[in-house]
Amino acid sequence: MVTVSRAVKKFPTELKLIKYEVEEYAREYGLDFFDCIFEVVDWRQMNEIASYGGFPTRYPHWTFGMDYERMSKGYAYGLQKIYELVINNDPCYAYLLESNNLVDQKIVMAHVYSHCDFFKNNMWFGHTNRKMIDEMANHGSRLRRHVERHGAEKVEVFLDCCLSIDDLIDWHAPFIKRREEVPDSTFDPQDEDRTVKKLRSKEYMDSFINPPEFIEEQRRKLEEEEQKDRQFPRNPEKDLLLFLIEHAPLDNWQRDILSIIREESYYFAPQGQTKIMNEGWATYWHSTIMTQKLARDADIVDYADHHSGTLGTSPGRLNPYKLGVELLLDIEDRWNKGRFGKEYEDCEDRAARRNWNTHAGIGREKIFEVRKIYNDVTFIDTFLTPEFCEDHKLFTYKYNERTGRYEIADRDFKKIKEKLLFSLTNFGRPFIYITDGNYRNRGELYLTHRHEGIDLKRDYAIDTLKNLHKVWQRPVHLETVENNRMVLLTCDGEEHSVKQLGGVHR
Amino acid sequence: MIARIEQDHGRFRQMVRGRIKKELRKYITHGEMIGRKGKDLVSIPIPQINIPHFVYGAKKVGGVGQGDGESGTPIGVGDEPGNMGAGDAPGEHLVEVDVTLEELAEILGEELELPRIKPKGKQNIIDEKKKYIGIRQAGPESLRHFKRTYKEALKRQVSSGIYNYEDPLVIPIREDKRYRSWQVSQSRQSSAVIFYMMDVSGSMSDEQKEIVRIESFWIDTWLRAHYRGLISRYLIHDAVAREVDQKMFYTTRESGGTMISSVYKLCHQIIDQEYNPSDWNVYGFHFSDGDNWGEDDDQCIELLSTQLLRKCNLFCYGQVESIYGGGHFFSSLEHALADADNLAMSRITSRDGIYDSIKAFLRKGK
Repeated sequence: MVTVSRAVKKFPTELKLIKYEVEEYAREYGLDFFDCIFEVVDWRQMNEIASYGGFPTRYPHWTFGMDYERMSKGYAYGLQKIYELVINNDPCYAYLLESNNLVDQKIVMAHVYSHCDFFKNNMWFGHTNRKMIDEMANHGSRLRRHVERHGAEKVEVFLDCCLSIDDLIDWHAPFIKRREEVPDSTFDPQDEDRTVKKLRSKEYMDSFINPPEFIEEQRRKLEEEEQKDRQFPRNPEKDLLLFLIEHAPLDNWQRDILSIIREESYYFAPQGQTKIMNEGWATYWHSTIMTQKLARDADIVDYADHHSGTLGTSPGRLNPYKLGVELLLDIEDRWNKGRFGKEYEDCEDRAARRNWNTHAGIGREKIFEVRKIYNDVTFIDTFLTPEFCEDHKLFTYKYNERTGRYEIADRDFKKIKEKLLFSLTNFGRPFIYITDGNYRNRGELYLTHRHEGIDLKRDYAIDTLKNLHKVWQRPVHLETVENNRMVLLTCDGEEHSVKQLGGVHR
Repeated sequence: MIARIEQDHGRFRQMVRGRIKKELRKYITHGEMIGRKGKDLVSIPIPQINIPHFVYGAKKVGGVGQGDGESGTPIGVGDEPGNMGAGDAPGEHLVEVDVTLEELAEILGEELELPRIKPKGKQNIIDEKKKYIGIRQAGPESLRHFKRTYKEALKRQVSSGIYNYEDPLVIPIREDKRYRSWQVSQSRQSSAVIFYMMDVSGSMSDEQKEIVRIESFWIDTWLRAHYRGLISRYLIHDAVAREVDQKMFYTTRESGGTMISSVYKLCHQIIDQEYNPSDWNVYGFHFSDGDNWGEDDDQCIELLSTQLLRKCNLFCYGQVESIYGGGHFFSSLEHALADADNLAMSRITSRDGIYDSIKAFLRKGK
């Protein structure tokens, strides 16, 4: 059903032959994937599909048009080219660019099969809907129906607001149950007579067994507990989209749009969470399959050209393909040579470390394990080593106000790792929690930004609050820190204000 | 079937147009577009159209890179140009979008509520020319190409082996027949010429010239949307007039007195020699600070009323005034030619005046 709107091109026989060959080699290496369905598209179609995040049937929105313009311009000026696009779905859909030469197609197909293996086996993808193509088409038609009924402008305005907060979900929610679903009735008769229970004691012992301070403290705790029960939400929550679906005063169609956005955010989350690993894994396998099996003599130059293009680096940008594949190769090498465990970690002799080799030979096994249970954060946290940073010339950079340029700041391992993890944790986005849904007892929404050393971009934050206000329909507040001072950004419809809270951060 | 993306892309372009329209007055006064003009496209900086999120400022975050270099080695220029104050001021993020000149003219027209120009007289006649340019396999018998048809028949017979050298009889069948094909080309006869005239006497400052430059750009854009192959001629004058190229027009600086009649004479001469007003749509735009040689005014008015106004679709006079005020030429014209309906006049006191001046010039729809 995906190809309804476009002329379906026959998948050429020469590509089919490559497909079978790649598939066979991939299986031999132990990759385990969904069926792959390939489709050859021209660059316009490729850009279109890419703008829709891989789903040609997605709901309509102008941001996709904006991406399309950017990509088409990039392609026209020769700045960027999308060779392939693969979708996490069962069966896996992959699009190949028509103008790729045969060697490109070989590389790209090997790449696709490895991605597909990753989608299927990495645990962070475990919760994703494997029939997402159908689901997206569903979302598309639901949205179109809302447009027909309520008008394009109304729906667009609301959709803009939803997309403004589409990253405010709880990325880990699929794996942790944080709270019960909101029950219909929360009345529990036992709650009525909550008193401090004393331990049984003789009267003369009472002041020792149940000392007054203790009783007092228990009473206070109980009160706090009761206070908390009245609070809403009971504990700070991160899934703002869910909170809005449950509590914002919305029409049904609006709630439906919110849930569409939320579902898609959760679906796309693991791709963001495993970018480095996923690309590294696919690069590892396309190079392995190509160099060991697939490439003919005549292919080598084209292959080398393509491959080095994929791994090219520029100082200001960390190439996820490069970092991912190099780390995987490093892990494979270390586990082949037994460079792990306490003995190795404790060894402080540089030369001995460099020449360490126990012929353990379990590198391949290890990287398969890595692809199963890690995501980018845990991957970097566990496997990035000082030696690796040194060998690959990693550095941190910072902005120099005086010169107006980004400059290399440091090559210290700890700082590199810290920066890298910071940019990956929560996708490098700030942590925002809903702390009060009934602020000042006036139904206002109070959000708290967990400040981690870096201030928010204020104009963006205020614009986002304005959008959020359109959904919540009551004033919204965001507590954050600017220049070490606590501030409260408030948006009340079109008006917004910034208030110093008086507290000093840290 | 229209691809989905075309709809979304169309919607995005529509939003871009909306933004440009909203900011049009600013673009006009700042002259930002000139210099960003390519052959058919203008690249326009507009406030970013994007969905806002809660994010960190990129400058404060920094990041990790890969490569050679000491601590302190620059690796790239900061983003967000023109916004050095740590990104706290709202709405200063600019993106560049490309707009075709036609689109831009359309936006200008909508925003300034300019009427579309009605080219005069017979210039409306569209001339159709038919030209035989090729051969095709179907057509009326009257256009059958005899030679090509028999060649095809011969080819077919030879290649299928039924051609008899003894008895060279060639009989075309249906598939052999070839016909002449033609193409209709429309040549629109409406052609137009613009005369830009500027006073470059010592009293015109650089700022005043810049105003002329900006205004000419917009007038040019508007007229070009209505006439294909518009010709621009540039005339400058102090006490005497001469024709120059575009670059000279904007850069020359002369000193000396001012005789406006000199340029009117020259303009009139060129029109007479090269542009027959019954075939051409002629536009005249004259910019001056209004300081004319005393007795010259009458001569100018004479030239305008008897010659130029009769030959031009529209003649515009823009008096670019400095802070010290302008000359008397504006009031002389106003006084003498108040009822000429193809004369438009405006005073431009500063860049902010350009917007209204363009409106005054072009609202006549001529």
